[in-house]
Amino acid sequence: MSCNVRGSGGNNSAKSQNPDDEILGKAYDSKLMKRLLSYVKPYKKYVVAAIFVNIVVAALGAIRPYLTKIAIDDYIVNSNYDGLVTISAILFGTLIFQAIAQYFLTYYTQLMGQNIIYDLRVKLFAHVQKLALKYFDKTPIGRIVTRVTNDVESLNELFASGIVMIFSDIFIIIWILIFMFAMEWELTLVSLSVLPFLIYATFLFRRKVRESYRDVRFQLARLNSYMQEHITGMSIIQLFSKEKKEKTNFAEINDAHKIANINSIFYFAVFFPIVEMLSSGAVALIIWYGGGNVIQGTMTIGVLFAFIQYTEMFFRPIRDLSEKYNIMQTAMASSERIFKLLDNDTIIENPTSPKAINNFTGNVDFKNVWFAYNKEEYVLKDISFSVNTGETVAIVGATGAGKSSIINLLNRFYDVNKGSILVDGIDIRDISKEDLRNHISIVLQDVFLFSGTIASNINLGDSSITEEQIINASKTVGAHGFISKLPEKYNAVVKEKGATLSVGQKQLISFARALAFNPQILILDEATSSVDTETEILIQKAIEKLLKGRTSIVIAHRLSTIQNSDKIIVLHKGEIKEVGTHQQLLSKKGIYFKLYQLQYKDQEVK
Amino acid sequence: MNRLFTLNKYFKRNKGRLSLGVLFILISDFTQVFIPLMLKDSIDALQANASSDLIIRYAIIIFALAVVSGFFRYMIRQTIIVVSRKIEFDLRQDFWTHLLKLSHRYFQNTSTGNIMAHATNDIAAVRMYVGPAVMYSIDTAIKFLIVITIMLSINPTLTAIILLPLPILSFFVYKLSKKIHKKFTLIQETFSDITTMAQENFSGIRIIKSYVREAFEIEKFAKESSEYRKRNMDKIKIQAFFMPLLFLITGTSIILLILIGGNMVIDNQLTLGDIAAFLFFLGMLIWPTIAFGWVANIVQQADASLKRLHTIYDEKIEVKESKETDKSIEEIEGSIKFEKVSFKYGDELPDILTNVTLEIPKGSTLAIVGHTGVGKTSMINLVSRLFDVTSGNIFIDGKNIKSIPLNVLRKNIGMVPQETFLFSDTLENNILYGVENKNKELLNKVANISQLDKDVNQFSEKYNTVLGERGITLSGGQKQRTSIARALAINPKILILDDSFSAVDTKTEEEILIKLKEFMKDRTSIIISHRISTVKDADNIIVLDNGVIAEQGKHNELIDVGGIYYDIHYKQLLEDELQREG
Ligand SMILES: Nc1ncnc2c1ncn2[C@@H]1O[C@H](COP(=O)(O)OP(=O)(O)OP(=O)(O)O)[C@@H](O)[C@H]1O
Ligand SMILES: Nc1ncnc2c1ncn2[C@@H]1O[C@H](COP(=O)(O)OP(=O)(O)OP(=O)(O)O)[C@@H](O)[C@H]1O
Ligand SMILES: [Mg+2]
Repeated sequence: MSCNVRGSGGNNSAKSQNPDDEILGKAYDSKLMKRLLSYVKPYKKYVVAAIFVNIVVAALGAIRPYLTKIAIDDYIVNSNYDGLVTISAILFGTLIFQAIAQYFLTYYTQLMGQNIIYDLRVKLFAHVQKLALKYFDKTPIGRIVTRVTNDVESLNELFASGIVMIFSDIFIIIWILIFMFAMEWELTLVSLSVLPFLIYATFLFRRKVRESYRDVRFQLARLNSYMQEHITGMSIIQLFSKEKKEKTNFAEINDAHKIANINSIFYFAVFFPIVEMLSSGAVALIIWYGGGNVIQGTMTIGVLFAFIQYTEMFFRPIRDLSEKYNIMQTAMASSERIFKLLDNDTIIENPTSPKAINNFTGNVDFKNVWFAYNKEEYVLKDISFSVNTGETVAIVGATGAGKSSIINLLNRFYDVNKGSILVDGIDIRDISKEDLRNHISIVLQDVFLFSGTIASNINLGDSSITEEQIINASKTVGAHGFISKLPEKYNAVVKEKGATLSVGQKQLISFARALAFNPQILILDEATSSVDTETEILIQKAIEKLLKGRTSIVIAHRLSTIQNSDKIIVLHKGEIKEVGTHQQLLSKKGIYFKLYQLQYKDQEVK
Repeated sequence: MNRLFTLNKYFKRNKGRLSLGVLFILISDFTQVFIPLMLKDSIDALQANASSDLIIRYAIIIFALAVVSGFFRYMIRQTIIVVSRKIEFDLRQDFWTHLLKLSHRYFQNTSTGNIMAHATNDIAAVRMYVGPAVMYSIDTAIKFLIVITIMLSINPTLTAIILLPLPILSFFVYKLSKKIHKKFTLIQETFSDITTMAQENFSGIRIIKSYVREAFEIEKFAKESSEYRKRNMDKIKIQAFFMPLLFLITGTSIILLILIGGNMVIDNQLTLGDIAAFLFFLGMLIWPTIAFGWVANIVQQADASLKRLHTIYDEKIEVKESKETDKSIEEIEGSIKFEKVSFKYGDELPDILTNVTLEIPKGSTLAIVGHTGVGKTSMINLVSRLFDVTSGNIFIDGKNIKSIPLNVLRKNIGMVPQETFLFSDTLENNILYGVENKNKELLNKVANISQLDKDVNQFSEKYNTVLGERGITLSGGQKQRTSIARALAINPKILILDDSFSAVDTKTEEEILIKLKEFMKDRTSIIISHRISTVKDADNIIVLDNGVIAEQGKHNELIDVGGIYYDIHYKQLLEDELQREG
C-alpha cells in the first residue's frame, strides 16, 4: 500500500494544497482587513485612546536624540556643567513619562485584543453548533478545532500587538523624519538614500517569506492531523504490527516539515543581515557627508550624533518587520479560514415563523421520502409509512439498507430531497429543530461518551434532570448494577470516549441518557446490539411500561427484540418491501420470513 | 538542569555544523566591534579637523565591516538554526517512535489532546533551547567579553558607571519572565481545556444536537473562554512592564553616558569620539542583556518541557519483548492455551479473570459468551498482548506467549476489535492496511468473504471511496465488515472476532460465516458474540461468568447442561415458537 497517501485531510502529497490553506491575493487581504476591523468597532474608544497615546510615546522617543544634540553642542562643547545636568534631568523626565505611557498602552491594547478574540471565538463556536451534519461528515474534527483554537489565537497577536505596533512604528518614523528634516534636510536626504534598497529588500522578503510560511503552515497542519489520527488509532497500528511502517510514514511528514522550516530560515538569514548592512551604510553616509559638513563648519558635531541615533531608531521598526510580517501573515491566513467557516451556510435553517407543537402526541408520517447523502445516489427511495401515537414500529433490513438514514431524517440531521415527514400532521420543516428534537430521544448506533462522569454523561449537564431520574433511567436499562459497583458510583470518571468501560456498558449508559430525557418519541438504533440477551430482555420489559402512550421506533437485527412491535417495516436497498405485524409478515413468506428462518433454523428448545 | 544534558546526544550528531556556527559567531562579533571604534576615530578626526579623504576612508571601512559581519550573521543562522530544526526533527521522531511502543493502557488513560500538547508545545520549547537560546547565549558571552574589554581600555570608570544599570535589566527580565512563565502555564492549561472541550463537542455533535444541548455547550464554552481571557490579562499586567523597563534602564545608561561622559569631555579626560563609540557599544550590549534574561528563561522552560517529555519516555512499557523473547520464532501455528490466567486492570480493581485454564486446539473455533462487562474483550486482549496477564501463563504452540516476538505474534493474529477504528483514507488502503503490497486479488477476496463487495459496488468510487474520520460516512455494518476484511487480509493463523456482527443483519452474518468457514479451515478462531446463532457451530463454547469459565462444551452439550447458555438460548427464541412448543 502506498505510504504517502494517507487520508483526505489534504495530506495527499506534500505539495497538494489544502483548499483551506490557500491564500488569495492582495485585494483579498484588504477585504479581510476590513472585515477584521469590523470586530474592533465595539472597542473604538480604545483605539482612539491608543492612537493618541502612541503619538505621545513616539514623540517622546524621538525627541531624545535631539536633546542629545543640544547636550553636546550647547553644553559639552561649551563646557557648561549646569546645563548638562539640566538637560540630563529633562531626558530622564521624558524617559519616565514614556515608560508610564507605554505601560498603559500595552495593557489597554492587549485588553482590547483579548476582548475581540473572546467575541470572535464564542461567535465561531456558536456558529459551528448550528452547522448541519453534512459539514461534519466531510470535515476532520481536528480542522474545526484548529479554527476555534489556534486560528483565533493568531488573531490575538494581530489585534493586541500587530495593529498597535504598526501605528506606533508609523508615528515613530513620522516624528523621526520631522526632527531630521528640521535639523538638516540635506543630510536627511543623503542618509535616507539607502531607503529604496531597504524597501526593495523588504518587498522581496515579504513575498518569499509569504510563500515559505504557507508551506510551513501546511506541513505543520499535516503533521498534526497525522499525529492526531494515528494516536487515536494506535491500537490498530500495534495490532497490525505496522509500527515500522508508521515510523517511516511519520518520518516523511516530519522531514517535509523540517525542510519547509529550513527553507524559511534562508529568507530570515538573508534579510536580517541586509537590514543591518543598510543601517551601517546609512551611518557611513552620515559620517561621509555630515563629516564633510562638519569640517566645513556648516554643521555641528551634535547633529552627527543625533543622526546616528536616528538611523538606529529608524531601522529598528524595519528590522522588527519580519516578525510583525509573520504575525500579519499568519493572522491573515487564519482570519481567512475563520471567515470561511463563519460564512459556511451548511445549516438546516429553522422556519421564520415555526409552528409550535402543542400537546404533542407523537404521530409520525413519512410521505414519499427520497434522500441521498451525495447527489443522485439515493439511499432512501419513495419511503412512506406512518407511526401512530403510542405505537412501536420496527425497521429491519440488511446492513446499509438505509435504516439509520430514516432516523437521521426524522431528527432533521439531514433534510429530505423529495417528499415530506410529518409529526402530528405538521411538516417537520415548519417546526423549529429544537422543538422537534426536544420531543425525540435517540439512542444512536455509534455510542459516544464525553469525558466527565457517568452522571454527566446521562444528563449531559442538564441540571433539571435530577439524580433520582438518572438512577431510575440507569435501573431501567440495567446499568445500575455495574455502576454501583464502581468505587465512585455515578461520579466515576469517564475517560475520553469511555475508554475504560466495556462496549456494552457504554451502550447502556447512552440508553439511560435517552430515557433520562423523558421523550415523547423514543428511537432506538441498534440500541442493545452489544448487550447480552438477559439484560436486553430486562430492558424490554422495563421500557414497555415506560413507553405506554409514547411512540417508539426500533431498529434491530435480532428479531427476538422486535417481534412484539405493532408494525414491522422491512427495508431493502432503500425501499420498503414489506410492512405488517410479525405474524402477518411470517405468513407472507417473504423477506422477513426468510430472515426469521435463518435466525432460528436448527435452534430448538429441548 | 541535568535533564538538559540528555540533549547532548542530539548536539553530538551535529557537532561539525555547531562548531562552525560558533566560529562564525566569533568572526561576526569581532568585525562588528570595530564599527564603533571606527566611528570614534572618525569623530575624533573631525574634531581635529582632519582631511575629508580620511573621513571617506572611515566611512568605507565602516560599511565594509558591516558587510563582513552581516555575511557571517547569515552563516550563523544557516548553521545553528538549521541544526535546531534538525534536532527538532530527531526529537519528534524519537517521540513518535516511543509512542508507538507504549501500551494500550497508556492510550486508554491519556487523552489524545494531552499527547498532542506534548508533541507540539514541549518539543517546540526544547527547540527554542537548542537553537535560538544556544545561539544567543554564545553570541552574548562573546560580545560581552570583547565589548567590555574594549570599553574598559578606553575608560574604566565610565564603563563601570554606564554598565551598572544593565545587570539590573537582566535581573528584571529574568524575574519578570519567570513570573510570566508561571502565568503562561496557567494560560496553557486553560487553552488545552478549551481545545479538549471543542474537540469533544465536535466529535459528539450528534448527541448534542439530538438532545438540544447547544445553548448549554455554548455557555460552557463561553465561560471557559472568559476564564482564558482573564488569565491572559493576568499575564499581560506583568508583561506590560517589560517594554517600559527596557526603555527606562537602557535610557538611563545613555543619560549617564551623556552626563558623566560629558563632564569628562569637558574635563578633557575623554573625547567626543569616545562618547560616540560608547553610545554604539551600549546599543550592541542592550539586546544581549535582554537576551540573557530571556535565555535563562528559555532554559527553564526547556527543562520543564523535557521533564514532561521524560514522563512519557519513562512511562513503563508494559507489553514489550524481554530476555525471554526467542527471536528464532518466526512462525506460529495457532494452538492456544490459558493456564491459570488471572487478570485485573489495577491493584485496587477487582479481578476480571481468575485462574482461567483453557485449551484452544489449532484449527478449532472457540466461542465466548457472557454478560455485558464480564470480561470477554479483556480475555482476548491478553492473546494479542494489548495487556499482559496479571498471573498465570498463556501458551501458543506450547511456547509462552511472552517468548514470541511481538510482531510475529501480532502479524499472525487477525483482530477485529469490538469498536471499529478506520483511518480517513480510501477503503482499499483501510482493508489492506496490514498488508505489505497492494494486491487487488486479495482485496476482492477478503471483501467478498466479509460481504463488503456488494455495498462497495454501489459506491461511485468503489474501493477508492475516501472515508470520513473514523469511517463516519459508512453505515454501522459497513464499518464492521471493513474491519473484518482488514483482519482477514493479513492471512492470520488466529482470527479474533469481538462481537463483530453486532451491526450486521442476520442474513449477511450467515453468509459471512459460511464463507469464513472455508477461510478458517486450518486456522484457529475466537468468536465473541451475544447471539446464539453466531456461536452455535463453534467447536467449543465457553460461558464466562464472575471471572471464571462457568460452562464449556458444544452447543448441544451446553443446552443439555441447562445453565446460563441454555437460558440465553431459550430467551432468544421467539415467544410464539415457545407457545407452539407448548
Ligand atoms: N454520512 C454519510 N455520507 C454518505 N453516505 C452515507 C452516510 N451515512 C451513510 N451513508 C451511506 O448510506 C447508505 C445507508 O446507510 P445507513 O447508515 O442508513 O444504513 P443502515 O441500514 O443503518 O445500515 P446498518 O445496519 O449497517 O447500520 C450506506 O450505503 C452508507 O454507506
Ligand atoms: N482499561 C480498563 N480499565 C479499567 N477497567 C476496565 C478497562 N477496560 C474494561 N474495564 C472493565 O472491565 C470489565 C470487563 O470489560 P470487558 O470489556 O472485557 O467486557 P466484555 O465482556 O467484553 O463486555 P461487552 O459485552 O460489553 O463487550 C468491565 O467491567 C469494564 O468496565
Ligand atoms: Mg467487549
